[in-house]
Amino acid sequence: MVDEATQREAIRAAAEAVADRLEDEKTHLTDLDSAIGDADHGSNLARGFRAAADAVVDDDESTPQELVKTIGVTLISEVGGASGPLYGGSIMSASATLDDGLTAESSVAFAEAYLEKVKDRGDAQLGAKTMVDALTPAVHTFKKSIEVDELPPLTALAKATAAAERGVEYTVPLRAQKGRASFLGWRSVGHQDPGATSTWFIMQELLDVADDYLDGEVDVDASSPTIPEETPDEEES
Amino acid sequence: MKKLINDPETVVDEMLEGMLAAYPGELRRLDDTEVMVRADAPVSGKVGIVSGGGSGHEPTHAGFIGDGMLDGAAAGEVFTSPTADQLNEMIEACDSGEGVLCVVKNYEGDVMNFETAGEMAEMEDVDVRQVVVNDDVAVEDSLYTSGRRGVAGTIFVHKVAGAKAAEGADLEEVERVANKMIDNVATMGVALTSCVTPDKGEPTFDLPDDEIELGIGIHGEPGTERTDMMSADEITDHLTENVLEDLDLDEGQEIITMVNGMGGTPQSELFILNRRLQEIVDDHGLDTWDAWVGDYMTSLDMMGASITVAAVDDELKDLLEAPADTPALTV
Repeated sequence: MVDEATQREAIRAAAEAVADRLEDEKTHLTDLDSAIGDADHGSNLARGFRAAADAVVDDDESTPQELVKTIGVTLISEVGGASGPLYGGSIMSASATLDDGLTAESSVAFAEAYLEKVKDRGDAQLGAKTMVDALTPAVHTFKKSIEVDELPPLTALAKATAAAERGVEYTVPLRAQKGRASFLGWRSVGHQDPGATSTWFIMQELLDVADDYLDGEVDVDASSPTIPEETPDEEES
Repeated sequence: MKKLINDPETVVDEMLEGMLAAYPGELRRLDDTEVMVRADAPVSGKVGIVSGGGSGHEPTHAGFIGDGMLDGAAAGEVFTSPTADQLNEMIEACDSGEGVLCVVKNYEGDVMNFETAGEMAEMEDVDVRQVVVNDDVAVEDSLYTSGRRGVAGTIFVHKVAGAKAAEGADLEEVERVANKMIDNVATMGVALTSCVTPDKGEPTFDLPDDEIELGIGIHGEPGTERTDMMSADEITDHLTENVLEDLDLDEGQEIITMVNGMGGTPQSELFILNRRLQEIVDDHGLDTWDAWVGDYMTSLDMMGASITVAAVDDELKDLLEAPADTPALTV
């Protein structure tokens, strides 16, 4: 486990990286959203994560858990609408799993708590063309990689990010069943879900930052994480 | 479109400032928020009753703050949910230690932000419960909602929850009567014109001069059908029949009714609707215990109205006729 000061630094770097990325992708996300939503996803999330990054940038006092919670609470107040509770509220709530800071085990617990909260808050199941479609394969892959395959955290995160990308692609041919896109009914088919897309972008940045802070592991390319060979569930004899 | 505003960006802020200036002894605005609370909040020994949602529905929500009704109301931007952090500040400001009941209208943004605010308040050890009003019988899912929308029937829920809390009942009891009211109320609305939001400055939807939209929501969301203009009696018949079909009441059932104006309808027309409404419920063998007519849950400047019917028993009647002293309603 890396020390608390390093964890703090990594969390702040992650918030900054996500804010920069969403700023860069603002138009892209807004274009996706204008096809099936109300065209504000990119600007709302970019503004929210910038405020969240600013809220923690000079914080050398708080614990890693408190920093993550601050990011969530800031997103709640800055993003608003449904995305504030979904992204920010879920981070705030899931931060309860980080009592002992950031470890491989607590990261799995955080990811699971975040997914559960998003599903619960949005009342969305897999296949409804929402961020859940990117998150679910990512979280499941992360958990299996850590707990079953006992892969190094960075490798697990790379696999999870690749799984999120597949989840984003999976949203394209689906008919939206939640959120404003659901009102379009069949017309939503053929469009990529903006929430799933931003979720994947966020994961790519987390992977990139993790790569900087977790030494001694394989280098990964966050923009196109290599999916390591599937590890057999049973040990080969 | 002409509007009495200075700047679309400052509509909510300036509205709240003006409201505060009109009721300085009764209301207080929480610093750096769009939250209004009773001047004496939290009221010692009493469960707090709070509500909130997008602006544009005045006198809902802050107009119902006062003795016997709400302790606090959060105003979002026009037709936009308040953020959860502001809702949380409201909840904490209205908690005397007895807990807080949030009365939420069923819109995805409102429900999610209230739920998140409830979690934030629970972290500070506030006992928070939430009831969701879904009285609109017109559509099952809509632009902003899964399930039925919450509309004018919300006012009755504010009233009974507020009265129960004023009696000194605990949070569980207050929640129970609020849900009892929700289970017994149904509403349906009609629009003759679209509303005009301040930032857009033009009608939200196109509605030709000779057509009306039945089953309209309070944000100009589409309703069930668009028809040629009809007479007041025909419109009242259509709305009321749908409401009564949903409630499925026994003959002789006592009811309370509400003819609610959408903001741009003269009182005279609301009374014309009420005249017919009372004829219809009478024809159905229902017994009107009380009839409210006025602008309670508006949609900016929309011309139109909604009709609400609720079955009442002795308990709900006692709570509905209990004293209330608020800017928009005195009982």
